[in-house]
Amino acid sequence: MKHHALWLSAGLLTLAACGKSEPGLDQTGPQPDLPEQRQTLLPPMKIATPAGWDGEKPTAPSGFTVTALATGLAIPRQTLVLPNGDILVAEGSGGGAPALRPKDVIATYIKAMGKSSVKGGNRVTLLRDADNDGRAELRTSFITGLNAPYGLAYVDGQIYVADQDALVRFPYREGVTRITSPGVELLKLPSHINHHWTKSLAAGPDGSRLYVGIGSNSNVGERGMGVEQDRAVIWEIDRQSGMHRTYASGIRNPTALAIEPRTQRLWAVVNERDELGPQLVPDYLTSVRPGAFYGWPYSYWGQNVDPRVRPQKPDMVRRAIRPDYALGSHVAALGVSFTTDGGFGGGFSEGAFVGEHGSWNRQDLAGYKVVWVPFSNGRPSGEPQDFLTGFIKGDHARGRPVGVTYDPVHKALIVADDVSNTIWRVAPDRR
Amino acid sequence: MFPAALASDITYLNSAEIQWTNFSAWLITGGLLGGGFALIWSIVALLRRKGSARSRLAIVSVLLLMMMIAGLINAFQHSRDGWSSVGTTGLILSIISSILAVAAGWIAYAAYREDRP
Repeated sequence: MKHHALWLSAGLLTLAACGKSEPGLDQTGPQPDLPEQRQTLLPPMKIATPAGWDGEKPTAPSGFTVTALATGLAIPRQTLVLPNGDILVAEGSGGGAPALRPKDVIATYIKAMGKSSVKGGNRVTLLRDADNDGRAELRTSFITGLNAPYGLAYVDGQIYVADQDALVRFPYREGVTRITSPGVELLKLPSHINHHWTKSLAAGPDGSRLYVGIGSNSNVGERGMGVEQDRAVIWEIDRQSGMHRTYASGIRNPTALAIEPRTQRLWAVVNERDELGPQLVPDYLTSVRPGAFYGWPYSYWGQNVDPRVRPQKPDMVRRAIRPDYALGSHVAALGVSFTTDGGFGGGFSEGAFVGEHGSWNRQDLAGYKVVWVPFSNGRPSGEPQDFLTGFIKGDHARGRPVGVTYDPVHKALIVADDVSNTIWRVAPDRR
Repeated sequence: MFPAALASDITYLNSAEIQWTNFSAWLITGGLLGGGFALIWSIVALLRRKGSARSRLAIVSVLLLMMMIAGLINAFQHSRDGWSSVGTTGLILSIISSILAVAAGWIAYAAYREDRP
């Protein structure tokens, strides 16, 4: 009997060893290396449990200063800079998909170990840093009573908030610090089950259209394809009428959207599927082509078929297009923002910042940082560079970046951190 | 429970209807729970008995242990997503654990009948 126990533990150890990443694979850029699929009995797992900053801060490149614009928030996710420089922060925690299998119970418990224990605020907080010292001297509950708000947009005197179940509009006058009107629901957003509950939001270049990213209702269709109606899509919404159409599909979890300023095209960061090994599948940054199908769940990165999905759909796989730019596997990109008007200058003039939350599904932690993707003429033009790091210390996560927003008013980068519940601001040193 | 899981596995492989593999996953978990009690009982009985019943109980214990190992691996297999939750491996493990469960039950029941004619 002892013999069996030994055999079993040896077997489990072997399985755990399968979670190791192969060194030397380049998984960023337009042509990522894609290794063989490795499905294991136990997926590779590593949870970085939260730890405090103890007065320290994330690390930015030399020439930049990091300050905590605000602390003690209630799960900050995405931020928005208003025309007068006020910063809005969406705070919330949605989801709550029911457990279908014993696995769901266990996985929820394990993933919770890497999260903040604070309850989501269900509100939008306003931060004002009028003296530009990197600390918000004014902080108000701007809109309350929301339902897991995530995406934010401002167009022409209106603020749009993407709750986990609806897109809501609030009238705004410059300088106000609180909105008390209940808001108008522009349209309902798909919220059945809400496995990936976040609804990302961006306004189109001329303001007449809004774009909402709606994540899939499962990892790879394991809740059945019936619940994937209107999931893993980006909706284009007419701002006046609230009418919508599907703008792109098969796009597993488009967690943040932004308009590239030079070409005025919509871009998205997208989280890809888990449990095919530590180096599959790369999350990506891509321009969103109208009407395009990005493969989920049938295939990834173009025509790489996922064997877990039955019945398979070869005709859909043939249609699937490759995204523009890989960010790396399991980095969990949750934020994207383009610089405008020359950005920080130098190497940070034209490009996008990407907030990488980090994932549970590989043993060598990936993500947990903000990277800079340089652009030239509206296209990515080089390898991603670390911009804000130091979130991991030892085996612990002191923070996890979510939304990133380039602030053209103060010339700074705003980073939401939903583990330490902080809004970080990175700005060029004052001279 | 393991034979029931085998039946729902076969149904899933025939229909690709995801709910059947969810059923299997719970049935296997239930089988492990019930099988765990049966294994403990068989070991306790083994330690208390003497004579010819002992060797039979030893066989039952070994069969139950093997069933538990196959069932545990199968539980992990069924935690994978979609088709990979069953596939060939899951089906084979379900067949093995079902056969072992039936065999252990058969021998244990026969031993019980002989004890109390």
